[in-house]
Amino acid sequence: MNPTPAFSLADVSFRYPEAVALDGLHLSIPPGECLAVLGANGSGKSTLLRVLAGLCFPERGEVAFFGNPLTEQTLQREAFARHFRRRVGVIFQNPDVQLFNATVFDEIAFGPLQMEWPKAEIVERVHAALADFGIEALKDRPPHRLSGGEKKRVALASVLVLDPDVLLLDEPTAALDPQSQGHVIDFLFGCLGKKTVITTTHSLEVAQEIADRCLVLENGRTAAVGPAAEILQDTALLERTHLVHVHRHRHPSGAVHSHPHRHY
Amino acid sequence: MWLRQRAFIEKTLHRLTGTLEHAAYADDAGGKRGFLQQLDPRVKLLGFLGLIFAAAASHRLSVTAALFGAGLILALASGVFALLARFWGGVLFFTGAVVLPAVVLTPGHALLHLPWVGWAVTDHGLHSAVGLTARALATATFAALLVLTTRWGHLLKALRVLGVPTLLVVMLGMTYRALFVLLRLAHVFFEARRVRRVGRLGGSQRRQMAVSSAAMLLSKSVQHSGELYEAMVARGFRGEAHTLDEFRFTRWDWGMFALFGVGAAAAFAMGTLP
Repeated sequence: MNPTPAFSLADVSFRYPEAVALDGLHLSIPPGECLAVLGANGSGKSTLLRVLAGLCFPERGEVAFFGNPLTEQTLQREAFARHFRRRVGVIFQNPDVQLFNATVFDEIAFGPLQMEWPKAEIVERVHAALADFGIEALKDRPPHRLSGGEKKRVALASVLVLDPDVLLLDEPTAALDPQSQGHVIDFLFGCLGKKTVITTTHSLEVAQEIADRCLVLENGRTAAVGPAAEILQDTALLERTHLVHVHRHRHPSGAVHSHPHRHY
Repeated sequence: MWLRQRAFIEKTLHRLTGTLEHAAYADDAGGKRGFLQQLDPRVKLLGFLGLIFAAAASHRLSVTAALFGAGLILALASGVFALLARFWGGVLFFTGAVVLPAVVLTPGHALLHLPWVGWAVTDHGLHSAVGLTARALATATFAALLVLTTRWGHLLKALRVLGVPTLLVVMLGMTYRALFVLLRLAHVFFEARRVRRVGRLGGSQRRQMAVSSAAMLLSKSVQHSGELYEAMVARGFRGEAHTLDEFRFTRWDWGMFALFGVGAAAAFAMGTLP
């Protein structure tokens, strides 16, 4: 018997005033899976993540979290909202909007404070999170003055301090230097099998490293979904959905020509 | 020299960046040990509201000056005098813009005539201008003291404890949090404009640029506020302000509460006497 999916989406559609973001999406994400959501800019990746995070609600279709309907009404119920926010952590693409407290310590304590945990436990957990991400030295610094890599680590710590079962990550390695990207990938590796991880990414390298399954979106619709190894070998699909470069380059023989080209 | 030659927008940006640093330091100052920092945020909130009310209602310059003097002493005792002084420039500038016309428009005995235009500065006009400026300075000083000596989270929590509606507290919290994001955005935005500009701009071009910049920043600020709110909600925020510190009313707090109350009541009575 299959376990209840962490998330299930049935015929989900969402529209912004100017465009359709999601169009009739069906998806089931079992607990413990790492799903990479791939797609070109504007394909609906971030909107899908916002729907899963309960930050926006589909105009058509249904979303369920471990079998419970995820709607505006259910999230207005305090018990469910607290349960959901505690179990689902969201890492936004732009850490500047995620980090809004006066110090790194306050930032990491923000989530646990909203859960109204005992103060002593909060302090203990915040110190543990600071140590886990190697950012103890930053604890009194204002987050907006940190480097990009440091901000990302603070953002991760501020979410992981709640020990969520599900992680939703929007382009977790975007705009990071190679070393910081390495830290994020190492962190995601550590989550594999322990947490349900759903990450949007443009990076096929990240998808290949961590994903069990890939969902490719194209204009808000499912272009393909399947095991990562299969999807990432389908060059025609990747080219059609603008996920691989097609540009001129030089071969060792000196010949210069253009064809779909991966950079890993 | 270079700073002086920069256009209005760049100067504004410079001030905005300064405000960013200042706001960050202000929260830091709120966490330091000082006279006011040791008081319960609820005492400070109610006490300063009383003093602000008394200063705003005062018609006697001597009472307003005494209240302003009390504010200075509190600032010195709390180690925020230098930060506080940065507020006064803005207060004087904006109040001055409002009261200067009153100096020459209010009827009364002419004290002197302005050269070239010949307008008369009247005694009543001067008195009301000085009185209004003093009230603005005193009220701004108390408001600034409250903000500078109280961590923002504590202030929001105190507002909730005292029954201020959640929506208003959320809006205040969002404003403060969005400040950092928006000022950084403004910094990048103006820098990007500057590096693409060649030569000096004419007056109309500058005005056009200022207007389009303001519109763009407003649009971006709406978008960023939405993202910021979503980030807060995603971590469990439901409108309540929570802090790690518990509020405790000590004897000292009760004493200061009484002192604030008596001071504000006395200032109100003396300042509004016919």
